[in-house]
Amino acid sequence: MISKLLLAMPFFTVVVLALLGLAAMLFKRNLVKILMGLSLMESAVNLFLVATGYRQGGVAPIFSNVPDGQMVLPTVQALTLTSIVIGVATSAMMLSFAMVLYKKYGTVDSREIRKLKG
Amino acid sequence: MRLALYSAILLVLFGGLMYIAADLPFGKPAVTDMDDYFIRHGQEQTGANNIVTSIVFDFRGFDTLGEATVLFTAVLGVGMMFRKLNAGEEYEND
Amino acid sequence: MKMTKIVRTTADLFFPFCLVFGLYVVIHGHLTPGGGFQGGAVMATGTALLLVARAYDDITGRIRKTALKICEATGLMMFLLAGLSGIFKGLPFMANWMAATGKLFGSPVAFGPNPGDLNTAGLLPLLNVGVGIEVLGGLTIILLYMLSGIKDPEKKP
Repeated sequence: MISKLLLAMPFFTVVVLALLGLAAMLFKRNLVKILMGLSLMESAVNLFLVATGYRQGGVAPIFSNVPDGQMVLPTVQALTLTSIVIGVATSAMMLSFAMVLYKKYGTVDSREIRKLKG
Repeated sequence: MRLALYSAILLVLFGGLMYIAADLPFGKPAVTDMDDYFIRHGQEQTGANNIVTSIVFDFRGFDTLGEATVLFTAVLGVGMMFRKLNAGEEYEND
Repeated sequence: MKMTKIVRTTADLFFPFCLVFGLYVVIHGHLTPGGGFQGGAVMATGTALLLVARAYDDITGRIRKTALKICEATGLMMFLLAGLSGIFKGLPFMANWMAATGKLFGSPVAFGPNPGDLNTAGLLPLLNVGVGIEVLGGLTIILLYMLSGIKDPEKKP
């Protein structure tokens, strides 16, 4: 039972990372810290995707000078590549939004930005 | 009040997700038919040694086209945010 | 705000090696782990090293935005034209018509482990180079635009 729980350790890490990211997005007021929470959640989803396609004792799915053994699933690694690039694009746009908001309002506190009107 | 409500939601989510994550099989994926086909026929149909690259650029190349467009659109959005204003005042939507 | 002379000289010396390693990762995308996106990110790291070591006013003379915009657009156009080249032969969009024929990039590959041959995978190296150039241009332009939005505290307006 303990060994079965220890075997599922990557999925426990995924849950802890996702909930830490969600807690950072809910409880923090600074805009940059909220964006860090979103980046944590994206890392958790990428880790979950890669951990789904693992085979016990597997090698990388590349045929150049490969050692013996079964290969891990390659489809989920392709999905993770796409997800990482989309995370980069989203983070770049949101950080530039934060810079323009600081230039206009003079503060990065989300409750102050919500209060001021013009 | 807000703090208590958010903490309660997070604790319920934590318990539920940990209970589900303990049952997930790690190391023995359930259905592997598509990936076995890719590993067996990837080299003769694409000619690439790297099966992941052959999936990203040949078997699912249309998704990669969409992803390159997403990166292009992100650069477009950042460039729009930091443009130099012509002769008017701050931002034209004031 | 600029760094000391040691940091600037080291960044200048290290930048070509970063570009060469990034191009190696891009070109060998069908043989080793890597490919278009990964190699493009390595090349953009080399450019980011130059941006960090110098003040913004010094670097806009050397790395111009126009050249990088042309770079990025050329990358995406290379991807699209390589994909459309299959339509002129009657095959679907992005079909790998160069894969096992024997001319450019067309050596056949047997099933099983082998030391890789660079001449092999058909349309894949062209797509990899296109995406790599696009990612280099895109990430460097994002960095340059974000740097131009910062007001320098040492300069008087």
